Formats: sequence, structure tokens, C-alpha cells
Amino acid sequence: MREIQTSQITATVARLAEESNYQLSPDVLRALARTKDKEKSRLGRELLDSIMENAHRAPELRRPLCQDCGVAVVFIDIGQDVHVTGGDIDSAIGEGVRQGYADGYLRKSMVACPFTERKNTGDNTPPVIHYRIVPGDKVKISVMAKGSGAENMSRLFMLKPAEGRHGIIDAVVKTVEEAGGKPCPPLIVGIGIGGTAEASMLLSKRSLLRAVGQPGIDTETAALEREILTEVNGLGIGTLGLGGSITALAVHIESMPCHIASLPVAVNLQCHSARHREAIL
Amino acid sequence: MMLNWRLLQLPMSAETIAGLKAGDKVMLSGTVYAARDAAHKRFIETLDKSEKLPIDLESAAIYYMGPSPTRPGDIIGSCGPTTSARMDKYTPRLMEQGLRVMIGKGNRSPAVVDAIRQHGGVYFITIGGAGALLSTKVKKSEVVAYDDLGAEAVLKLEVERFPAVVVIDSEGTDLCQTGPAQYRANDMED
Repeated sequence: MREIQTSQITATVARLAEESNYQLSPDVLRALARTKDKEKSRLGRELLDSIMENAHRAPELRRPLCQDCGVAVVFIDIGQDVHVTGGDIDSAIGEGVRQGYADGYLRKSMVACPFTERKNTGDNTPPVIHYRIVPGDKVKISVMAKGSGAENMSRLFMLKPAEGRHGIIDAVVKTVEEAGGKPCPPLIVGIGIGGTAEASMLLSKRSLLRAVGQPGIDTETAALEREILTEVNGLGIGTLGLGGSITALAVHIESMPCHIASLPVAVNLQCHSARHREAIL
Repeated sequence: MMLNWRLLQLPMSAETIAGLKAGDKVMLSGTVYAARDAAHKRFIETLDKSEKLPIDLESAAIYYMGPSPTRPGDIIGSCGPTTSARMDKYTPRLMEQGLRVMIGKGNRSPAVVDAIRQHGGVYFITIGGAGALLSTKVKKSEVVAYDDLGAEAVLKLEVERFPAVVVIDSEGTDLCQTGPAQYRANDMED
């Protein structure tokens, strides 16, 4: 049994929280550059230039890419042959978020008691944590800084099975259309299909961890991703909603089996500032 | 890049606002107040009690923004726009108090478009998600109200060549409608 100390988890989460908020990963930058080549709107191209300039300036200015440093969403895959020692793992992850957001001068946006006084917790905790037990003796930690401009546009559709593929496409296109410029397009459209209501929501968010534009697991999924991307770009929403030929950088779909009576479809939109980082312990 | 963007001074006269058209690209210099959700809620509570607002809204510009923390030695942290639509509920009331210029991101409600037309205002969008770049346009920043709100406190900012696009002009033309419509056929070039 391999032992991993909670202090290692804390240090890793802190580093990933800070790095993700300052450094846009190369796959996102490449996707933005490709988009600029395809964008027909001159205003859209100018805005994309500024978005890419922002990504280059943020680390040298030591200011985060976006003032909304997000909810810290932590995905943690724990190998079943790992023994985590040194304390409570939830607290260790929370402490990592606390340290990363303090040391990185990142905005603390979490409020306690969401339906009453909405008082800021002051340290961006608690994070939202998704655990998974996997084979092996490693721990994989991914930290996603999820801003609320995009997160607020999330949708869940419990479709009838008869609505099928067309129903899925319509639901996603409707979601992107209604969101307009609010989630800071060009977007990455994360889609979860199948499972139950909560399982499809989680799939849609996990899909955003994929490198931008990396196709889905099989040819049918990849074909649906391409079709939805074409439809979404046909909306004309463009960069920041001001009109253009590119509304999304990519569509990512994750799916799983579901009940005979169900067809859950979850949509989780990701802004162009797709901030996430991972590490393996 | 952005060399052909028109320079404008804040506060803006009614004539200047009237001359702006949806789609115009501008660089704003002058004073803007940063205020977002919680500050707006307090503004309205203050007005409901017939008390005086902590800032003078006459011809003022509000930027929907809550910055990241300022590093020692810096003027401000990252400072891009937040979603304007969350302020829609409050905006017509603040325009009655003199507010004329708003800067944020995303579309506005029909009631806000009406208020902009009625009062001769203008709504700008700046670059969502480009908070680090936009921070270089801020030359001065001070908290002027609601310090206890932290990231949501009201700030008085002096900006220089702050990039923005006219999205709803004083006639009520809305680029969030007309822009996408123009590209919906997916065959436009400009």
C-alpha cells in the first residue's frame, strides 16, 4: 500500500489553483489562434487578439487572467492501492484552495448561506470536490477555476427517449443561444448525456477537462460533437456575443448508459478562459 | 491593433452619447465607478428609504466589476467586466438618478433598453475575461463606499484608453441582437 500525505495534497492543490488562474494552457491558446483565423467579423478578430494578449500579459503582470477566479472545482482520482495519511482529505484540499487563493492574490468569491446573508467565507472555500476511486497507486488531482458568468448558464434537460439525437442538438443549441454573450464566448460546450440527472451534470463538467477540441471517445460521439459545433457557430453569437462566425472553440461530449425511460442531457458552458491544471502524485 | 478605436472622455455629455452608434469602438478615459450586485442592492435600499446615495450618479458611468485583490505596489488587480444582466432589475431606477453610461458584458433586458432610450444613455461592453489586460488601463483606484463588501465595494476608477464597444445606443439599437443576426446566415465578411 503506497502512502500519500495529506500535506502533499494540500501543496499540490495550492499550486494548481494558482497556476490555473495565471497560465492559460497551450491547447486553449492554440484553439483561440485557430478561431481567429476562421472568424469573419473584424471586431471579433480584434477582440480575440486582446483575449490572447491578456493571456500573455497576465503572468508577466502577476495578475490573474480574469478577476473572477472562480469556484475551485477539484477532481481527484484516488488509486485503490493508495493510503492517504496525515488527516482528513477534504480539509487538506480545502487548505490547498485557501493557500493558493491567498498567495496568488486570487479573488475570493464564495459566500456561505446562499439563501440568507450570503457572507463571503473570505478564503474561497469550500471547494467543490469530486472523488473517484480508480485502479493503481497514484492520485490524480485536477483543479478547475470555474467562473460564474459561464456556470450560471448551465442547463439540465430530462428529454424523452423519443426526442433522441435531434432533441439533444436542439437542447444544446437553445442553451448556447439563450446564454448569448454572458458566458464570455468563444465557448467550450461541455455536454453530459445519459446516467441520471446528477450523473449527466457531472459528465458535462468532466468533459471540460479534456484538451480543447480533442474528439470524443468513439466515431459517433465525435460526429455529434462536430454537428453541434456547426449548429452552435451558425447562431452567429460570436466573440463576447457581439456577432461573428465562431461562437464555440469546441464541443465535448461524455456519455454513459441510462434508464429505458430517460434521456438526461446536461450542458455546462466554459468561457474562453478555460482554466484548469492537473498533477499526478 | 485597436489603433482605429475612437477616443472619448468621461463623463460624457448628452450630445456625445447621442452621437454614438451601436457597434462603435471606443477608448474611454476619465472617471468610472465600479459597482456590482451587492452594491446595487444597497443603492436601491438607500433610495427606498429616501436617503442620499454615497456617489453622485448625475451623468455618471458605472462599470460592473469586482476586482481580484491588489498586490502590494499595484494599482488594482485583474478587473474585467461581470455579467450586466444581473443588474437589470436595478438599472432603470438608477438611470432616473442620472446614471447615463454603463460598462459590462452580455445582453440587457428590454426594460433596460427602454430606460436607455428614454434617458439618452449608452451601454458598452468591454472584454470579458481579459481582466489582466484591462487592469493596465486603470491609473487610479480608491474605495468610495461599502468597504465592508470586499470585492463588491464601490470603487472610483480613473481609466485611460479603456477599450469598449457601444452595444445599446441612445436610440435603443442593440448590437447583441443585430450583431448575431448579421452572422446567423454564416456567410458575412467584413
